Amino acid sequence: MSEFIDFFVGKYNYWAFILLMMIGLYAMIAKKNLAKKIIGMNIFQTAIILFYISTAAKGGGASIPIIAHGHGHGLSEHGARAADYINPLPHVLMLTAIVVSVATLGVALTLAVKVYHQYGTLEEDEIADRIRAQTGGEP
Amino acid sequence: MKLVALASALLCGTILLFGTAEFPDFGDPDSPAASHVSPRYIEEAMAETSAPNIVTAVLADYRGFDTLFETAVVFSAAMACFFLLRIFGEDERRPSEKLYRHLPTGITLRIDPGGKVPDSPEFERIDGIWIPHDVIVKTTTRLIIPFIQLFGLYVIAHGHHSPGGGFQGGVILGASVILYAISQNLRQALGRMGEAVSAVFCAAGVFIYAGAGALCLLMGANFLDYSGLAPLFGVDAIQARSLGILVVEIGVGLAVMSAMVWIYYNLASMGRHQEGL
Repeated sequence: MSEFIDFFVGKYNYWAFILLMMIGLYAMIAKKNLAKKIIGMNIFQTAIILFYISTAAKGGGASIPIIAHGHGHGLSEHGARAADYINPLPHVLMLTAIVVSVATLGVALTLAVKVYHQYGTLEEDEIADRIRAQTGGEP
Repeated sequence: MKLVALASALLCGTILLFGTAEFPDFGDPDSPAASHVSPRYIEEAMAETSAPNIVTAVLADYRGFDTLFETAVVFSAAMACFFLLRIFGEDERRPSEKLYRHLPTGITLRIDPGGKVPDSPEFERIDGIWIPHDVIVKTTTRLIIPFIQLFGLYVIAHGHHSPGGGFQGGVILGASVILYAISQNLRQALGRMGEAVSAVFCAAGVFIYAGAGALCLLMGANFLDYSGLAPLFGVDAIQARSLGILVVEIGVGLAVMSAMVWIYYNLASMGRHQEGL
């Protein structure tokens, strides 16, 4: 039992992201409305972004990845210790991923708008019915 | 269908939970992610690029190639929205009913198809879905937008020393234009920042980024190795890397700002650019 508690206390961040990710996955599979599917995709992306950011954390009083008193010009004499600053790499990766996810969200909504223009609905089963009616029985 | 989805989500979640047993604890300073290249960035970035913000230094300098193509992804997403949605010309299902507001009196005129359009600065074209004047919203946004844009420029320019950079500043600048379009109307926003301007800015941002890299090649350094730009800036190699980061961030900010605005224009008006939200 105490092993399980240690396991949970040490890794509770992953549990939160897995819960969030599964909410997104469920929405993408189960929801029939395309807009809700897109929202599910966004929740899924958020879970991945949070997961990456949490891997950057360092315990023991590590600060944000900006060198303290590092302004001024030319070579700095401050020797920065890696343990004093959290890992900058996941922040860099997610910084670009957030903006790219907004841009791809725009493309997803654009495609949904085109589908709505074509079939007059965003419900998946109704779209399938209309395609079946147009092609004469073939799905 | 719902049961299948629930079962697969639960199964997938359980497998992932078992996978976390192999993962490092939360906040572990010796985790694999924090132990290979990351300490080198933290210890050397300031001396090598003269940028205290390590995130900016890694984003625009060490991993500049990655960021170049992230910017290209944003650009191509904006292009995809344009090509998929944009419809030129009038809507034939809804004949062009033009509504004008006489500004001094607030009276609304309807011009039927073929009618004469008043040619006077006192008339303002308004949307068919008539929205009454909202003095509070319009005045507040008019007051607040210059400060939002100033803050966006600060975030881009001060990205070396504080949290910020091209992506964040670009999104803030784009949000200011979108706020203007929401609070006034799409037609007025298009008058301030037209479709052609946003398209050219979007391409220009990627061009500045790739051009800075190509300039390094011309100066005899590697692609995106800004220390090769030192003779152009008239500073030493480390300062040149700092200035090169700034040039690249300006390109990113320009591309992201106009991509956000461009996507909004096309999505909000279903590609017609006549009446927005």
